[in-house]
Amino acid sequence: MLKVDILTDRLRQDKWWISPMLVLLGLLSFVVYSTWAAWQGEYFWWSGGSEGFGGYLSPFYSPTVYIDASKPGVPPLDFSLLGSWPEWLSWLPGQSPAWLILIFPLSFRFTCYYYRKAYYRAFSLNPPACAVQPIKGVPSQVSAVTNGNINAFNSGERYDGERGLLLFQNIHRFAMYFAVIFIFILSYDAFLAFFNNGNFGFGVGTLILTINPILLGCYTFGCHSIRHLMGGNLDCYSCSLYKDKVTHSSWKIVTFLNRRHQLFAWLSLVWVGFSDVYVRLVSMGIINDINTWGI
Amino acid sequence: MSLRNFKIYRGDDERGELVSYQCEVTEGMVVLDVIHRIQADQANDLACRWNCKAGKCGSCSIEINGKPRLGCMTRMNEFEEDKTIVITPLKSFPVIKDIVTDVSWNYKQNEEITPFSPSEKSKKKDFVMMQKDVERVQEFRKCIECYLCQNMCHVIRDNEGKKDFSGPRFMARLASLEMHPMDEADRIEDVKEKHGSGMCNITRCCTEVCPEEIQITDDAIIPLKERVVDRFYDPVMMLFRKIFDKKERQKTKSKVSSFLKMFF
Repeated sequence: MLKVDILTDRLRQDKWWISPMLVLLGLLSFVVYSTWAAWQGEYFWWSGGSEGFGGYLSPFYSPTVYIDASKPGVPPLDFSLLGSWPEWLSWLPGQSPAWLILIFPLSFRFTCYYYRKAYYRAFSLNPPACAVQPIKGVPSQVSAVTNGNINAFNSGERYDGERGLLLFQNIHRFAMYFAVIFIFILSYDAFLAFFNNGNFGFGVGTLILTINPILLGCYTFGCHSIRHLMGGNLDCYSCSLYKDKVTHSSWKIVTFLNRRHQLFAWLSLVWVGFSDVYVRLVSMGIINDINTWGI
Repeated sequence: MSLRNFKIYRGDDERGELVSYQCEVTEGMVVLDVIHRIQADQANDLACRWNCKAGKCGSCSIEINGKPRLGCMTRMNEFEEDKTIVITPLKSFPVIKDIVTDVSWNYKQNEEITPFSPSEKSKKKDFVMMQKDVERVQEFRKCIECYLCQNMCHVIRDNEGKKDFSGPRFMARLASLEMHPMDEADRIEDVKEKHGSGMCNITRCCTEVCPEEIQITDDAIIPLKERVVDRFYDPVMMLFRKIFDKKERQKTKSKVSSFLKMFF
C-alpha cells in the first residue's frame, strides 16, 4: 500500500472536531446576534424616562455618533456627538449608528492573533485541528457534492498563508489603536451608568456595564501588538537606565494578560453581547432593572 | 500486566503497511518500551530511532494514533486497554525505514540562518547581561530539536510549504538570535523573505505539540511577525525610525545628498 494512503488524518481517534465546532457555533451566534442588534437602531438606551446626566447605553451603540430621536429607546439628542441622523447616511440599514461603531472592534477582533487561530480552524478548516488534513476548497466542495464530481473536492487551492490576500492581517496594530480608544469610551459609559438624572446610585445595569470595559480592557491590553510595543521590540531592557524598570515591568504585565488572551477574548465577547441584551430588554420594558434610584 | 494490540507502520517512503502486533504491557511502560519489546521479541528488523529515553534528546519522535509525540514520554496508561494503538512515522518527512524518518531538511534550514553575531560593545569584558534580558532567549534554549513542531505545522505537513517556510523550530531560533542582547545582526528581512514568516497563519499547533512547552507562537513567531510589521507595514514606525534611529538617519542623509548631487 502507498505511504500516503496510510498516513492520513483518519488515524486520530479523539474527538478533535469538538473544539472547532464550538468555536464555529460561538462565533456564528455572536455574528448573527450582533448583526441583528446593529440593524435595530432602537432600544439601546435606558434612563427611566429622565433626560439628565446618566443612563445605560449599549456598548454596540457607544459612542452616540448620530441619534435618530424619532426612534424608541434612544438617548436624548443632547447626548449625540454629531447631532441628529444625517441625510447622507439614510442608506444605512435600520438607520443605525451601530454600523459606524462596530467596524472598529470588529476589525480588531478579526485581525487578532487569537481569533485568527479560532476562525482559520473553525471556518476555513485549514487545518480544522492539529494533525488533521485541511479541508481544501470548501466552496468548491459544495459544488462538488451538488455536481457529483468528486475530483473537484480538493481543487483550486494554493496556500499562501498571510502573504497573499490575507496580508491585510498586518493592520492589526492600527485596529488596536482604535480598540484602546474604545476602552476609554466604554469606561465613560460605565461611569455614566452610576448616575440617573444626575443622581448617583447603581443598579444591575451599572454592574454589567462596569464589568464590560474591565473585560474588554483585559482582552485589549493583552494584545500581542501592545506586548510588542510595550517592550517586546527591545533586545535589552537593562541597557538603558531609564527603560530598565518601567519598560520591563509593563511588558511583564501585558505578558500576564497575553497568556490569558484566549480567555479574555471569549469572556469579553460574551459580556459585550450580554450587555447589549440587558440594556435592550430593560429599554423595551421586558425586564425591570433593580437599582437604588427606585425606578 | 495486559496483552495490548498495536499497529506499526512497516515499509519505506513509497510503500508500506500497518502490521499488527500484540505485546504485554506492564505498569510504568511508555510507547518506546513497547516498540523495544516488539523489536526484541517479534520483529528484530523493526527500525526505530531513540537515545535518552528521558524526553531530552528528541530522537524518538513518532505519531501515536495520528498525533505527533515523543515515544519515550507517552505513557501506556493513558490509552484505553481495548483500543489498538497505531504507531506511524512523522508524516512531514521522508521515511527511511519503518518509523524512522529523514529530518535532514531541518538541518538545511538551520544553515540558512545568519549565525550569532556579537557586537563589539558586547565583547568587552565589562559587558553584563541581566537575567531579565536573557529570560526570553533562555526559553528557546529548551528546544530539544525533536521536530514535532515542524511535523505538526500544517504549512509543512499539508500545504507543501517546505520551500517557502522554515517552520516553527527555526522561527524560534531566529527569535532567540534576534532578541539576544549581544547580537547585532539584522535578520528581519530574512524572516519575512527567506524564512517566510507570512506563511504562518497562527493556528498554534506547534505550541500545542511542543514537549518542552515552549510558547513558540506567542513568544517567537508573533514577536517576529510584529518586528516585520514594524519594518515593512507600519508607516508610523518607519517615520519614527527615520527620525530617531542613527543608522536610518545616516542612510536617509546619504540618499538625499546623492540625490542632490545629481542636480548640483
